[in-house]
Amino acid sequence: MEAKGRVFKYGDNVDTDVIIPARYLNVSSGEELAKYCMIDIDADFVNKVQKGDIIVANKNFGCGSSREHAPLAIKCAGVSCVIASTFARIFYRNAINIGLPILECDEAAKDIEEGNEVSIDFNTGIITNITKNKTYQAQAFPPFIQKIMENDGLVEYTKRKIND
Amino acid sequence: MGMTMTQKILAHAAGLESVKAGELIQAKLDIVMGNDITTAVAIPEFKKTGAKNVFDKDKVVIVLDHFTPNKDIKAAEQCKCSREFAFDKEIKNFFDVGEMGIEHALLPEKGIVVPGDVIIGADSHTCTYGALGAFSTGIGSTDMAIGMATGEAWFKVPSAIKFNIVGKMPKNVSGKDVILHIIGLIGVDGALYKSMEFVGEGIKEISMDGRFTIANMAIEAGAKNGIFPVDDLTIEYVKEHSNKEYKVFEADEDAEYEAEYTIDLSTLRPTVAFPHLPENTKTVDEAGDVKIDQVVIGSCTNGRFEDMKIAADILRGRHVAKGVRTIVIPATQQIYLDCIKAGYVEDIIKAGAIFSTPTCGPCLGGHMGILAKGERCVSTTNRNFVGRMGHVESEVYLASPAVAAASAITGKITDPDKLEVIE
Ligand code: SF4
Repeated sequence: MEAKGRVFKYGDNVDTDVIIPARYLNVSSGEELAKYCMIDIDADFVNKVQKGDIIVANKNFGCGSSREHAPLAIKCAGVSCVIASTFARIFYRNAINIGLPILECDEAAKDIEEGNEVSIDFNTGIITNITKNKTYQAQAFPPFIQKIMENDGLVEYTKRKIND
Repeated sequence: MGMTMTQKILAHAAGLESVKAGELIQAKLDIVMGNDITTAVAIPEFKKTGAKNVFDKDKVVIVLDHFTPNKDIKAAEQCKCSREFAFDKEIKNFFDVGEMGIEHALLPEKGIVVPGDVIIGADSHTCTYGALGAFSTGIGSTDMAIGMATGEAWFKVPSAIKFNIVGKMPKNVSGKDVILHIIGLIGVDGALYKSMEFVGEGIKEISMDGRFTIANMAIEAGAKNGIFPVDDLTIEYVKEHSNKEYKVFEADEDAEYEAEYTIDLSTLRPTVAFPHLPENTKTVDEAGDVKIDQVVIGSCTNGRFEDMKIAADILRGRHVAKGVRTIVIPATQQIYLDCIKAGYVEDIIKAGAIFSTPTCGPCLGGHMGILAKGERCVSTTNRNFVGRMGHVESEVYLASPAVAAASAITGKITDPDKLEVIE
């Protein structure tokens, strides 16, 4: 599994209210939510984002509410991966459960800049900054979580378990 | 090596002798909960698993509280989908307009959650029930769906931070000030992935409602859960509200903590979190001259009876400042009724405030008190992120009911001690 794209860079504590404000939570379709993705932190994001692009942020990305609408909006906006120094725990869980790849890597989070071209090899956890000609090693997922990812999220994983 | 209180509960729910921080476990769930926003996302995922029924009709809880009474057509459709699901699956604990309240005040009040339970809720403030000595944590809609289908969830066993509470609580200081002070101290990611375990002699000083407020905001420090030991006050509360069997777990004496803090209640002052993070705390003495346009007293953090009493006691015989819209929202129907009986509703209305039916409403910028550009609100809720209560250029200041009510009277952030005494 690989990803490659241009980077949108944000700071610390990007919360779920700016990723997808509550005023848009009266719908639950990913496509609909994606139209407002990041609107309260970067109103232009949805106009600029292209399929495969990558979000990079500093610490505690996704803090705040448990709304799965947040990773869903990001995934449906076409983002292929979120890299951050750390993630808030519910966001981390939700992203895994819906199959949005996320990686924790402090070095990459600090070094990568807005607009850099970045590629990611999910099998090795290696992040390559093509623009700066640099690589960073992210933490690999523990085996149990890898299994969820291989099954394309928790629903498929459970479905197989139920039907076994 | 010993286990923390949280680890003990998780080991029990996973059917294991012991667990260690960092271990991934599969635990049995006592309660799986969702609200109108998150359940709507969970239902299609639940259907995808192929499960015909929920794992236990008595253990799934759905509360329609965020955009209810339905604020618009889309919200109405969303609620309808949860309602139909609840009826179809014969879910016993389904709470709609008429019996609903804000989920995190409602579940303890109805006796649905008790000490020793393992609870997941598709709402981040599910950590509230830690006040009762339960393991309770917020998760997303997919986890809710899988929880409803299987009665289980995966967890990474958390490490813990210990907060040793000592000293006596001063006048006009409450649970809200304790937790705001702690978040100011450790930051919004200060307890990321971890448990916050509150212990010590000082806990006796904190009412049950105050403990709910403290546990409620553990997530605002990034914590997985916040938890209190079970004492006489907890048992009294549980017996009054529930027939459910409960289990008391205690941390081992040699349990390991990543960090320990001592919080001396007697040194605390009414505390306010300035925009736009709950960690931006100042004491009311340092607040300066902050003029406000709105006050909200309510939410799962501070919409309980004690909070209503504090507000009513300050508002009684006074009048809110001109231009300050003051919105008081009891968290449940029971609290609403108790406020009527106690005469608080009259006090609050005569003071020029409004008293509404239970709803999350303005807390998440849903309805019932949205802010315009540049407006400021003192709120007893739990988040003051950019745009949380309305326009991206509006501001939310988090405070206790006492500070919020006092601020409503003067029109700026105010120390309740400094209000003119009324005869
Ligand atoms: S009152 Fe606010 S924080 Fe509590 S559940 Fe409702 S929206 Fe969430």
